[in-house]
Amino acid sequence: MPIDIPKDKWPGSIRAITIGATSAEGGTRAKSITVGGQTTLPYLHFEAPTPNQPVIAIEIKSRKPEDWSPLLLETWGEAMNDSAQWAKKAEEAGAGLLVLALTVEDSVEDAVKAVKSVLAASGLPLIVWGPGQAEKDNELLVPIAEATKGEKLVLGICEDKNYRTIVATAMANGHLVQARTPMDVNLSKQLNILISDMGMPKDRILMDPTTGALGYGIEYGYSVMERLRLAALQGDAMTQFPMIVTPGFEAWKTKESKVGEGVPESWGDWKARAINWETLTAMALIESGADVVVLRHPESVKRVKDAIGELVIA
Amino acid sequence: MALSGIQIYKLLPQTNCKECSFPTCLAFAMKLAAKQVELGACPYVSDESKKQLAESAAPPIRLVALKSNGTEVKAGNEVCLFRHEKTFYNKPGLFIRVKASDPDLAQKVATADAYKVNYVGMDFSIDGFAVLADADLGTAIKTIRTATKRPLILMGDPASLQPGLLACSGETPLLYAADASNADAMADLAKTHKAALIVKADSPDALAELTQKIQAKGVEDLVLDASATSLSAALTRNTQLRRLALKNMRALGYPIIAFPCDAKDEGIAAAQAIAKYAGFVVLSEFKPELLYPLLVLRENIYTDPQKPIQVQPGIYEINAPKPESPVLVTTNFSITYFAVANEVEGSGLPAWLVVTDAEGMSVLTAWAAGKFDAERIAKAIKGFNVADKVSKKRIILPGHVAVLSGEVEEELPGWEVRVGPREAVDLPAFMKQVLN
Repeated sequence: MPIDIPKDKWPGSIRAITIGATSAEGGTRAKSITVGGQTTLPYLHFEAPTPNQPVIAIEIKSRKPEDWSPLLLETWGEAMNDSAQWAKKAEEAGAGLLVLALTVEDSVEDAVKAVKSVLAASGLPLIVWGPGQAEKDNELLVPIAEATKGEKLVLGICEDKNYRTIVATAMANGHLVQARTPMDVNLSKQLNILISDMGMPKDRILMDPTTGALGYGIEYGYSVMERLRLAALQGDAMTQFPMIVTPGFEAWKTKESKVGEGVPESWGDWKARAINWETLTAMALIESGADVVVLRHPESVKRVKDAIGELVIA
Repeated sequence: MALSGIQIYKLLPQTNCKECSFPTCLAFAMKLAAKQVELGACPYVSDESKKQLAESAAPPIRLVALKSNGTEVKAGNEVCLFRHEKTFYNKPGLFIRVKASDPDLAQKVATADAYKVNYVGMDFSIDGFAVLADADLGTAIKTIRTATKRPLILMGDPASLQPGLLACSGETPLLYAADASNADAMADLAKTHKAALIVKADSPDALAELTQKIQAKGVEDLVLDASATSLSAALTRNTQLRRLALKNMRALGYPIIAFPCDAKDEGIAAAQAIAKYAGFVVLSEFKPELLYPLLVLRENIYTDPQKPIQVQPGIYEINAPKPESPVLVTTNFSITYFAVANEVEGSGLPAWLVVTDAEGMSVLTAWAAGKFDAERIAKAIKGFNVADKVSKKRIILPGHVAVLSGEVEEELPGWEVRVGPREAVDLPAFMKQVLN
C-alpha cells in the first residue's frame, strides 16, 4: 500500500552563522565553524538536508574552578591550572568550539592574557563569557574584544539587563554575541530585536534560550526551543538565529552529577550516572533544535559527538 | 479526526423526535461533539452512521494495554506531535530484556523488579520485562513469575512463543514480532491467547499492509516496530508514523516500540525514543545509573505543560538546619523550588526553606497575580509552625518581592524580615556574606 509521507514545507529558515575567522578571513583560527541554515525541523532528512551539524563546545575557565565536581577536576587534572593547556586538551577531546569562561577574580590584564593564550594554544573558534556580573563583564569583555579584533569570537553573555556594551564592542570589533533569555519565546525575540536595533548584523547573533538539566526544568527549555524553531520556520525573522545552550553547566550543578556520596543507592554508579546526566540533557536539546551545546566532560563529548554523526546522516 | 457538531448532525436521522431528551437533532449533535452524551441515546441512528461516528471518536493512536496480574502498562492515545500543543499522555513503558536461558533469571528479574527511585516525591520503577525465547519459554515464565508481577513482552518465533503464552494465560503480553514471513501464524497466536502483537517492517507502506492484514484476522492491539537501525532512521520513522497516525491513517494508528538495547549508545537511543514518540522502550539490562536519568527524562517530557509540577507547600530542611539557621521563603513552582533548594544544597549551608502555596507560580508571576503576598507568606510561616523550629525569628524574602517586606513585618510581629537576592544563584554568597 503506497503511502504519501506528509512533508512540511516551511516559508522560513534558520540563518547560517559563522564563528571564528581564519587568516584569510582576518583572524587566526585554523578554521571557522558554521551553524544553522536549516529549512526544516531537526534531522528530518526526508524533508530537507541538515546543512550544518550541531557543534560541541567545551567549557574551560581562566582559573581552576575549585567548586566543579570532583569528576571534572579528576578528568582535566593539571591542565585546569593553565587555560592554554586546558584548551589543547579540550581540542583533543573532540571540541568543535571552545568556551572560555572568565571569573570575577580576573583583572583586565589576566583576562586578555587568558584569551590570547587560548587563541595561541588552539586553532578552534572561541566563545568568551564574562563572569556574569554586568559591570565586570563589560570591564573585561571590551578590552578583550579590542585585543582580538577580527577573530569573530562570540562574546557573552548578553541579557536584557546588560547587552548594550557587549553588543557595541562586538559590532566595533567584528565579533558575535550570545543573547540569553530565561526560557521564554517572547523574551528571546525581544532581546534579539533590541540587539538588532542597535545595528548588530543578524548573522552575528546566537540565541541562548537557557535550559534546565534533566530533572531540573529541561522540559521548559525543550519546549521553548521547539517553539522557537517552529516560529523561525514559520517565518518569524527575530527567532531565526542558531541556538546555543549550556547542558554541561546545568547538568554538572545537579546533585546527581556533582556528588557521589550520601546519595540514594538507586541512583547507580556515580560517574556513569553523571555522564548520562550531561549526555542525555545535551541530546534532548539537540533533538529540539540546539545548534551549539556547551559541555564539560570529555566522555559526554565523545558520546554526543558520535550521536550527532549518526543523526546527520540521511 | 473528531467531527464537528454540524458534521455529526448530518449523520443523525434529523427527525427531531426528542427521544434522546434533547429538543432537536442538532442540539444532540452539539452535545455529542462536546462528548457530553453517548450516541446510544439516539434509538434511530443508522448502523452506517454509527460506524462512522465510532471511527471519528476513536483516538488517532490506539490505546494498547499490556496486562498481568493486577498491573498494566499503557501506550497510545496520543494526540499531538509536540508536547506544547497539548501534552503527551501515556509514558512509554521501560522494559528490561532478559534471556529465557539465563541461569540467573529469577535473581536478575527480582533485582530489577524491586528497583525504586524517588524523584521530587514520586517513586518510579521499571514497567516490565522482555523475555527472549532462547530456551523453553514456558519454564522461563514460571521462573519469572516467582520474581515479578509486571507485564511481559515475549520475543521469539511462533513455535517458541506458544509454551510461553500457555504459561501466562489470563495476561495480555506483547508478542514480538509479526513480519511478512510469519504474519498469519503470529496473528493466530495473538488472537488465540488474547495477546497484543508487534508488527515489524522497514517502511510505513509495509507496516500498513501488515497491520491491515492482521487486523482483518481480528487482532486489534498492535504495536509498530519500524526496524530503524540508527538514530537518524529512528527519528525519521517515528516522526513519519506519528504524523500519519495523527492524520488519521488508521493502519498506522498504533503505539511504537523502540529497542535501544540494540543501539550503539543505549542511553542516547532510549532518550530519543522517549522524546520522539515511542510507546514501549526495551533496554538491554538493569543499570540504575541509566534507568534513573531515563525515568526522570520520561517524567519531564510527559509532564503536562499546562500543569507544571508543583512542590508540596511546607517547610523543607536543607543540609540539616539547626534552630539558628536562616529561614528562606519561596514559592511552590517546581523550578523555583529546585533552583533555590539546589543552590542552597550545593553551598553546603544549612537552611529552612519555607515553600508557600503560590498555586505553582514562580516568584514574580505569583506576586503579579496576587498569589505571593504578605498574607500568604505570613500564613505559611504560622501554618508550618516555623517559630517552633527556629531560635532566630528572621525570614529572608526573595529579592524580587522586596516591596513586600514592610507588609510582611506587619503581618508577622516579632519577626525580622530581610530581603535576599533576586536570583537563587546568588543565595550562597548572600548567606555567607550577609547573614553571618
